[in-house]
Amino acid sequence: MDELEELYQEIVLEHNRKPRNFRKMDDPTCTSHGFNPFCGDTITLYMTLDEDVVTDVSFEAAGCAISKASASLMTQAVKGRTVDEAQATFGKFHNLVTNGANGGEDDESLGDLVVLAGVRSFPTRIKCATLSWHALRGALEGEETVSTE
Amino acid sequence: MISKTAKALDVQALRADFPILERVVNGKPLVYLDNAATTQKPRSVIQSLVDYYENYNANVHRGVHTLSMEATDMTEAARKRVADFINAPEPETVIWTRNATEGMNIVAHSWGRGNIEPGDEIVTTPMEHHSNLVPWQEIASERGASLRFIPLSDDGTLDLSDLDAIITERTKLLAFTHASNSLGTINPAKLLTEKAHAVGATVLVDGAQSVPHMPVDVEDIGCDFLSFSGHKMMGPTGIGALYAKRELLEGMEPFLTGGEMVLQVSYEKASWADLPWKFEAGTPNIADSIGMGAAVDYLSALGMENVREHEKRITEYALERFKEIEEVDVFGPEDPELRGGVVSFHNEDVHPHDLGTFLDQQGIAVRTGHHCTMPLMSKLGVVATARASFYVYNTEQEIDALVDGIKGALRYFGNGLA
Ligand SMILES: Cc1ncc(COP(=O)(O)O)c(C=O)c1O
Repeated sequence: MDELEELYQEIVLEHNRKPRNFRKMDDPTCTSHGFNPFCGDTITLYMTLDEDVVTDVSFEAAGCAISKASASLMTQAVKGRTVDEAQATFGKFHNLVTNGANGGEDDESLGDLVVLAGVRSFPTRIKCATLSWHALRGALEGEETVSTE
Repeated sequence: MISKTAKALDVQALRADFPILERVVNGKPLVYLDNAATTQKPRSVIQSLVDYYENYNANVHRGVHTLSMEATDMTEAARKRVADFINAPEPETVIWTRNATEGMNIVAHSWGRGNIEPGDEIVTTPMEHHSNLVPWQEIASERGASLRFIPLSDDGTLDLSDLDAIITERTKLLAFTHASNSLGTINPAKLLTEKAHAVGATVLVDGAQSVPHMPVDVEDIGCDFLSFSGHKMMGPTGIGALYAKRELLEGMEPFLTGGEMVLQVSYEKASWADLPWKFEAGTPNIADSIGMGAAVDYLSALGMENVREHEKRITEYALERFKEIEEVDVFGPEDPELRGGVVSFHNEDVHPHDLGTFLDQQGIAVRTGHHCTMPLMSKLGVVATARASFYVYNTEQEIDALVDGIKGALRYFGNGLA
């Protein structure tokens, strides 16, 4: 597979065309705006929490295929999880996009998110993949705006 | 302005002067279309740097030894060639800077601080690069002055219909870009300068995108300041030039102080050296100034009329070919007379960043993003565009590769329709 196809796997392209949970939320528990000054991509992330469980998560974004698909995949990955699980997933995901897949337990627990492993070969695009996760963390930690810089 | 004297350049022959154009990127021959960001360097420029470091590297001024005198002569000769290139009346009116940005900042700090008063207006345009906007925001807020903008028409040119209401007795400075790095628009520098001078305002022209690409004559335009970068005109990075009228430079305080820029120093005070050195504190960028001189020699040998003519033809060809891709919006004036070799474009379904990565896989270098013109991007209703920008070594075949690449990207990312 060439690097381009590894970056833009079919699942990525498909999530870009039809992002999941791509909507404004009316009464979120918390929200955060993410901004990538490098390319101008923006995201607004909305979350509903029940105690420490993420019961709903959605986003609105203007950005590239990687940032949109990553956000879409993220919403699927964290819905129904606890806040701690979501934060831990971010750690593993960050490792995946900076160091690549390692074929171990971490990869398995990331599920569909591993399709973004190809980002590693494109250092300028790593922040595209992590923007939505920064916004997620911002929302959980009460930061209204976060930047990837 | 087509000069009758313009002659067609032998592009294939001159490409051989640029070693980097031989490069293969991701398995494909490099198609370099990011010239508004920085240009490639001919062998003569590269060689001038090697020659300096191998043969007469020494600190300049006040050295009595041979190498120091040679280095001094070479950098001053380069200054003279840069001055001649923009038809500055004397070399002392050309100050070495690091880049266009530094030149604009010298004007803001040395001239702006001493001349902008509370209530004054600084007039500029909506298409400025951040480097000719942010310094004026800073000075305006510091001095209690305000910024005003000449509006933009839908075609990407300035709307001059209400100019007399914008450039008024209150205008202290008119600062505008001669050519836009985002839209390609070439602004009527002479006309704007005349308007500003008629109300007693001072004029700063950002020449970063004009001096490298067309004949620019400061005496003809009549501007008070012109700032530009060496690296955007085949020269090295880290060197640029600021032209200013002598009377203005004489009335300005230096921006940086220290060695090389003083006449006499006691423990209590110092007096300033003559122009241009008053504005060149510390050891200057000797090597790169010589490299910028070599770049000017190269461009002068091609003839700036011919450079402009080639770029106009390439741009016209690109605009024509872009018409085939209906899904893509192209910004900026349609008339090639009114635009430089810059084509910014946008498509709803393919983000510029994805397009940039896709094209890079085919060896095609374009810039994607806001091009340091964030306010303009929001005016255009986009967060970013992709931008192809041309120079004298670009060919129609390279435009074809770009257009094919864009079509490929639309198929790849689009809804599988195209
Ligand atoms: C119109 C314009 N002005 C100023 C600049 C700043 O040039 P530099 O970064 O070399 O200072 C640029 C560079 O992109 C430009 O395009």
